[in-house]
Formats: sequence, C-alpha cells, structure tokens
Amino acid sequence: MIKFLLMVNKQGQTRLSRYYEQVELGKRASLEADVVRGCLARRKEECSFVEFKDYKLVYRQYAALFIVVGITENENELSIYELVHNFVEVLDKYFSRVIMFSLDKVHIILDEMILNGHIVETNKTRILAPLLALDKMAES
Amino acid sequence: MSDVVEKTLTALPGLFESQTGAAKITNRLRQLIKSITELTSKHEEENLIKRELSAIKEQVSSPNTTMKQMREIMVRAMYCEMLGYDASFTYIHAIKLAQQGGVLEKRVGYLAVSLFLNEGHELLLLLVNTVLKDLQSTNLIEVCMALTVVAQVFPKDMIPAVLPLVEDKLSHPKEIIRRKAVLALYKFYLIAPNQVQHIHAKFCKALSDKDPGVMASSLHIYLQLIRESPDSYKDLTGSFVTILKQVLGGKLPVDFNYHSVPAPWLQIQLLRILSLLGKEDQSTSELMYEVLDESLRRAEMNHNITYAILYECVKAVYTIHPKAELLEKAARCIGNFVLSPKINLKYLGLKALTYVVQHDAKLALQHQMTIIECLDHSDFTIKRETLELLFRITNAQNVTVIVEKMLDFLCYVPIKTLTFAPDNSWFIQTMNDVFSIGGDLLQQDDPNNFLRLLAEGKPEEDDQLRLYAVESYLTVLKGHTSHLPQCFLQVMSWVLGEYAHLQESVDRREVIRLLTQLLDQRSVSSETRVWILSALTKIPEGQTDLILDLAESLSSSQDTVLRQQAQELRHLSQDSQLREWVLVENSCAVDSSLSFLDGFVSEALAAGAAPYKPPHQRQEELSLNLEPYSFSLPVSLSSCSITDRQSPTLLSVSSGLSGNSAELSTLILEGVKRVWGKDGYLPQKEATAPPVDEPSAAVQPASQQEAAERIEPRPEPSTQNQDKQQLASSLFVGLGVGSSVSLVRKLFYDGFTASLRGNVMDCLEARSTSVCHYALLMDDPHTNVSLTGTVSYQTQPGHTNTLPFSGTLSTADFIRPLVVTTEEYGKLWLSLSHDVKQNLKLLTDAGDPLRTTLNALKDALQLHVVDIIGSEGIVACRLLSGAPCLLHCRVNGAALAMWLRSPHPALPDFILYHCQRALAHH
Repeated sequence: MIKFLLMVNKQGQTRLSRYYEQVELGKRASLEADVVRGCLARRKEECSFVEFKDYKLVYRQYAALFIVVGITENENELSIYELVHNFVEVLDKYFSRVIMFSLDKVHIILDEMILNGHIVETNKTRILAPLLALDKMAES
Repeated sequence: MSDVVEKTLTALPGLFESQTGAAKITNRLRQLIKSITELTSKHEEENLIKRELSAIKEQVSSPNTTMKQMREIMVRAMYCEMLGYDASFTYIHAIKLAQQGGVLEKRVGYLAVSLFLNEGHELLLLLVNTVLKDLQSTNLIEVCMALTVVAQVFPKDMIPAVLPLVEDKLSHPKEIIRRKAVLALYKFYLIAPNQVQHIHAKFCKALSDKDPGVMASSLHIYLQLIRESPDSYKDLTGSFVTILKQVLGGKLPVDFNYHSVPAPWLQIQLLRILSLLGKEDQSTSELMYEVLDESLRRAEMNHNITYAILYECVKAVYTIHPKAELLEKAARCIGNFVLSPKINLKYLGLKALTYVVQHDAKLALQHQMTIIECLDHSDFTIKRETLELLFRITNAQNVTVIVEKMLDFLCYVPIKTLTFAPDNSWFIQTMNDVFSIGGDLLQQDDPNNFLRLLAEGKPEEDDQLRLYAVESYLTVLKGHTSHLPQCFLQVMSWVLGEYAHLQESVDRREVIRLLTQLLDQRSVSSETRVWILSALTKIPEGQTDLILDLAESLSSSQDTVLRQQAQELRHLSQDSQLREWVLVENSCAVDSSLSFLDGFVSEALAAGAAPYKPPHQRQEELSLNLEPYSFSLPVSLSSCSITDRQSPTLLSVSSGLSGNSAELSTLILEGVKRVWGKDGYLPQKEATAPPVDEPSAAVQPASQQEAAERIEPRPEPSTQNQDKQQLASSLFVGLGVGSSVSLVRKLFYDGFTASLRGNVMDCLEARSTSVCHYALLMDDPHTNVSLTGTVSYQTQPGHTNTLPFSGTLSTADFIRPLVVTTEEYGKLWLSLSHDVKQNLKLLTDAGDPLRTTLNALKDALQLHVVDIIGSEGIVACRLLSGAPCLLHCRVNGAALAMWLRSPHPALPDFILYHCQRALAHH
C-alpha cells in the first residue's frame, strides 16, 4: 500500500505532496525534510529503496527532481519504482503538448492513478481521459 | 525509452517553472512559485507565506472575486498547505467552489477538498448535496469527479444517501463511470463494510465486466475480501486464473501495455489474489500451477517491471501448496535476482529469499556467499534486508553468530544515522539502549566509535550532545547499576571524566560519589575500575578530601594496577601544578614525529650510535637469531623427505589436516604451536580451508584418502573469501542436509595458525622411504619464516622416535610473477592503497642500467617486467595465491626510484627489502 507520494527538488522544496494516510499538517514539513535527506544521502550505486520509519521509500530522480513514494513493507518496491516512471511518462505525454504550470493538473493526473493508496489505473490513455475532457470543455 | 526520458526531463521543470502561462489568472500563482523557488531560508519562507495567506484571505472574502479567480486562489492555498502552513480559512471556499463553479473550477474545488479535509471533518457534510447533485448530472465529467471525490473522502454516515446512486452507475454504459463506481464502493467497503454487504453480487458482475479496467478495479475489492476470508471465494479461482491467462496471452488492448509488458500491475494484483486462494489448499493450488508456470516462463524480457512480476510470482509459488517442479523454477528465478549486478534487483532477490526461506531454509544455502557479501554491503538497505533474511534462518546452531551480526548492525545504526537523529536526547537514549542491551556482546569498536564521535565534534556544536550524555549518564548511575554491562560503564566513566565539567549545575562531589560507588561494586571488572579511576583523575581539583579518601582505601587493594592508579591520584590531587601539567584540558595532540626526542637522538648520533633503520632493513644485521621464536607452523612443510636411517617397519605420514592423526599409530608429523613471537603475542588466526594453487595430487595413499576427499569443495583461495566461507559455515549451519556445510566448518577449526598455511599435496610411499609434498601459502608476508616440525616414527610397535627438523623460508619464496598488460597495470595501480617509496641502487655496469637492474630483480625474485618506457619501468608480482604488488621504477640520477603499491599493507615493505638484498648481492 502506498502511504504518500512526494515530488521534491534537490533543495528540499516540496513541489507536490499527496498523502494517502492522514498525517497532521504540522508534521508533514519535517517528515518531508527527513525523506529528502534520506534520499539525498544515498549514492548513485545504491538501490532505490530505503527504510524510513515505518515505511519503505522508493525514490527516483529526474534531473533535479526527486519523486519519492512511501510504501508499506508488503508492497512490491520494484513495481512502485516503475509506477513512478509510468507517472512521469504520463506527465510527459500531457505537458509536452501544453507546457503550462499547474499543480492542480498534476494532482488530477495522480488521482486517476492512485486512489486510497492503491494503484487504480496505469493505462496512459485512460489516465489522461478525464483531464483532456476537462480541457476541452474549458476551451469551448 | 531514452528519448522518452529525455523528453520527460525537459518537460518536468516546465511543470513548475513555466514562463509561457500567459493567462492573467495564473500570474499570482506563478509569482508565488517563483518566489518560493528563490527562497534561501526557512525564515524567508515563513514571511512569504504569511504575506501570501493574508492576501488570499482578503481575496476570498471580497465579493468581487470570480469563480475563475477563486480557482487560482485555491491552488495557491493548496501550495501554502503543502509547505506546511495552515490555510484552513479557505476550506469553506473550496466547498463553495465545488458547489458553484463551472467544470474546471468544480474539479479544483473537489481536489482542494480531498487535499484539505480528512474523513471526519465536519465541513464535509456541506459537500453531500453537491455530490448528490453531480452524481445525477447529465454531464459525464461531473459524474466522474463526484465519484472520484466519493472514493477519496466522504462522511461515513452519509453513505446511505449516495449508495443507490453509486450502485446505479455500475451499469452505466461508459467504462470510466463503471470503473469509478466500483472504486467508490470499494472505499465504502473499507470504511463501512456493513453498508455494502448486500451488493456482493454486483462486485461479481464487475469482475466479469467486458472492460478490463472495470474488471481490474473490482480486484481491489476481491483482494480485500479474500484476505479476510479466503474460503468464501475459492469458487472464483478459475475466473482469476482465466483472467491472468488472458492477460499473459496478450488479449488486452495494446494501451494496457507498459514497455511491451501486458498490464503488469494487473498481473501483480492477480498473483497476489491467487497466492491467498492457494495457500494451504492443494486442490485450489492445482488449478493455478499451469498459469504460474506460464507466468514464470513469460517473464523473460529484461525490464524491471518483468522482475517485479517475477518477484510476485515466486512469492505465490512458495505460498500455495508446493509443487516441486514450480519450486525449482522459482528458486532458479531467485538466483537471477540475487546474482544480478543491478542493485535494485539484488535487493528484491534478497527480499524474495527472505520470504521463501521461511518455507524452505535450504534455499539460503545456495546463495550463502552472496548473502555474506550482502551482509557487508556498503548499501545500508541491502545490509538491513540481509539481516532480516538471517533472522528468518536463525536456529540453535547459528544463533550466536547471527545475534552477533545483528548487534554489530544495532550499534552501526545509531552512529551511522546520527545525521538523521531527530535530536540529541534521542541519539543518546538510543545509544544507552544499545549499550545496555547489546552490552559486552558488542565489539570493542562500537563503544570506541561512539566515544570518538563525542570527542571529535566541535566544542560549540557538540557540547549540547556531550551535555546531554553527561546528564543522561548521571541519571543512569543514580539508578540500579549492577546489571549494566562493563562496556557501558566504561563509556559512562569516560564521558563523565571528560565532560562532567561542561555541566555547571552538576555537583562534582556527586559525580565523584557516583563513580566511587561503582568501584565498590563486586560486579565491576578490574578493567572497568581502571576506566573509572582514569575518569576520577580527570575531574577537576577541589575535592581533594574525597579523592584522598578514595586513594587511601585503594592503597591496600590487591590489584597492583589499581594501587598504582590510586598513588597517581593521590599525587595529582595534592600537587595542582603537576596536575595542570599532566592534564591539560582538551589536549589530545600527539606528536607523531616524536620531535621531543630530537635532542636525545642527535646526542646519541654524536656519540657514535648507528642511525635508525626501519625493521625490514635490519634483518640481516641481527647477530642473534630470533627466528625460532617467530612463527609456528603446525604442519607446514614445503617438502620433507624421510630417508630410512632407522629402518622403520611401518611408515605412513599424516598431518594435522587430516584430522585423524590420533588413529594413526605410526609416523606422525606434528607442528608446534607457538603463541609468542619476537614482537609479542602472535594473534591466532583461525585456520582456513586448504587452498592449493597447483594441485598435483596424483597419488593418494589410503591414509590420505579421507583428507583428500574432504578437500574437494575447495573455497576460493583468497583470505577474504575464506573469512566469508568461515562466516558462511557458521551462519548456515543447521540448514538442510548440511553435509557440505559441516565439512567446511570442520576444516576451519582444524587448528592451523600463523601466517603460513598449507596442506599435504601427496605422499609417496615406498617400503622404507616416504616422500611428502606440502603446498604452502603465505597469508601475511614476513621477511623470514622459520619452519619447524617433527617426524615421529616407530621402529617397533609402541616405541616412538621423534626427529625435529627446521628450515627457513622468506617472502621471496612466495613471490610469483603477475602477468598483466600495461593497461591492466594502470587500472590496478589506481585501485591500490598501500604504497612505499624508496631509492635503490642502480646497476650501472652494463649499457642499459634500468633494463639490467630490472632483469637482475626479475631473476632474483620472479617478478614480471610489464613494460619499460624510456627511463621508467613497471613491474608486477604477487604473493602465491595472494595479494598483488606493483612496482614502478624510475631512473633517478644514479639511483633507482622505486614506488611500490599493494592492497596488502606490509607487502611493499617486504618486497622492497628483497629487492634491496638482491641488488646488493648482485
């Protein structure tokens, strides 16, 4: 089960966070800082998984951006590792056409893929369908 | 693939720092994000967000704010909350946005609600009507987003209100609506299972939905249901198997593929369900053998995602009722994982292994060397997973070794992770726990590392940590102390001695009293007493009366060391000048050049003393032969031939290695084990399995048969590997049949010592002559090693004669050429750490001095001259079956500048010595 997904830059600034388990607002910033520190401390040749409190972190780096997923012990790390890449590929598919900043749209995409900590959709066309429909309506 | 990544990389920063968003509406948002990116401190961030929040506050309450603007404001509020700042005043506006906005605004409103509010939040009640309205909308997009938010956050008590509407959607013509309805029902099941009990039949309909997406969504519910009561769903096994078969067979539309693998996450989900169904149920398991076999077979593609599926498949195979053929295939799969050079796969392999050893501990045996390697892996995660694995195979025989490994790790964890330690008190407290629990089982290094950590910190920064340690230890000492491990007591005394003065509020008398109290305890070892006294010595003066009392009481102690320390203590406490001179605060400076001896040395030189020579240069000059005291060799003969002087009637040769010398009543060669050398106590190395470099065991007399057989499973002949082998044998003992394991173990403990090791190569027996060949290896180089042994023989039964013999071997005897290319040499050179430089004599009597000198060395020492380029030459050699040594030689005027490098710290010294010797004798 997925507990949270973070997009964080190398300076430790959170660019997106989605929690699938309640974490108090006040505790999130320090949790995120710890998560980034934990991932930054790892060397390239080390594996992409690291134990963190009660979670396992699965992280993947894209240029200066880290995508970190907190999962439970019984989850399959490698499948999450690839899920992150699938997510990035979806973002790429959508935003390479209309490059425009939007935290809300990244969230909408993510909500199609992960719900309540479960992977609910991985088909790129279907993930993007609702968002594309929204865009169409907004245009007209 | 690579261009996808590239595109992604270029696109991603754009997500966050786009300059092209021309719409005015996003201006403020863009500005906010830009400012956040440029922040340099937390303080700046606080100010910025505070300003932002008050701007938002003003805007949301303004009647002129349009819905479109509200949408932008909501995203800004999301940003502020994401950074950890409370924006709760916007929550109600998020709900309003969902109620009143157009589709795009509505979606953002719902999104904000799902981000801001958790299930129990009372504001959610205000959302119910909106959701009801949207669920009935004719606009599919609105229905869609209402279902999404219902599946994310919805008040439990209001489920009955929306349930009929959601149920209706299960038969909606659009797949996306059906899919989202299923997921909403799943959520209802999770938070209020009773409410959806009556619609289980509808779940079943979703499972057989013609759309793969709807079917896949229903699997979430089934996984949950089956986990709770597997028996109720056994009849569905066939369906799950069929679905998996279809997925594997590529029956799904192509857009379900991920990197050409059909619906991988769906496969994983199905495998999880199957393993739950097949667990401890033979007949159900039989239904899935075929599809699992196919799944194992299909996963040939070399992509991470296929390995993720394989991992799940292996787990399934080991969870369900076993089938030998499948188990074998799954075990082979694990091998691919564990041996993979890709670290992520190795990790998953270890995790798989950890899972399967619970069902079949023998599997760990196949991968024991990999496990040992992973145990020492530099990657913390790998190490941790390996320990988990060891924990699963713990049994009565290996428990001590495994616990020891775990304790190593236990101590390593807090020290290594200090950078992550939330605060000082946590760190000290954790270390206290480690010391009290791990106690004297910890290696000496662990307390030392901890103390070093305390000591090496900068005074200003780490005084906090030290202070906390002092406080914490005083509390510990005030409690019950007799059960505390010695090493913990030692750590505490040291810290109190060094740092008690940092804590102004601490009464020094109290510290002295607590430490003195410890001295009185019977359970405290004399080593710890020394630590305590040293600490007392360091506590600043002023408490002379207490110290004198203590010194007095100890002056009659039976322990001479304690008596001496008590004396010192007495003198120091009475003579403050002496004290100041001896105990300079925070002085740890060591004059490693021993410059304070300069005067003495020059005086001695002037008086005609010989200049200092490092030990390896003095050997020859020693008139007194100390060799017999140097090394011990139980049975380490390079070649010994016994001629028939006494006409022995019976003659056979045995060695310590064969392990059954007691049975042999005839000729016995025994080694003498020495523990003292000229440098003091010789550390006893555990003997290792016999490595034989050039095996030539052609003839094996009957008595040697057993020894020879046992040598069969030969470990790799490097010392490091043998240490690992040894560890392996102690870790994996007691698993499986174990014949090969116990065998390795036995060889290890057949007492072989010192720096040489070897074994019987062959023995030729004739009527009155026996020739024995031994293969010897030198693990630790030494200039000379003496070889002693005895030959025992019987001229008549019951009457044993013993003949001692001895010989000398030098490092030179163990040097062999190392044949490498110039390129390999270059690489190896960079990887070696220990080096020595020295100028040697250059042989100038021939035309090419460098070549002549190198050839002379080559002849004398069996070196390999790799290359000669101009005035430089590179030469390589290695110890027989051991460490390499590279020599870089350069003509430097009339001398040969030699630079040696080796992974072995002492080897360059010895080779240099032999080179000097060879050139001197030339």
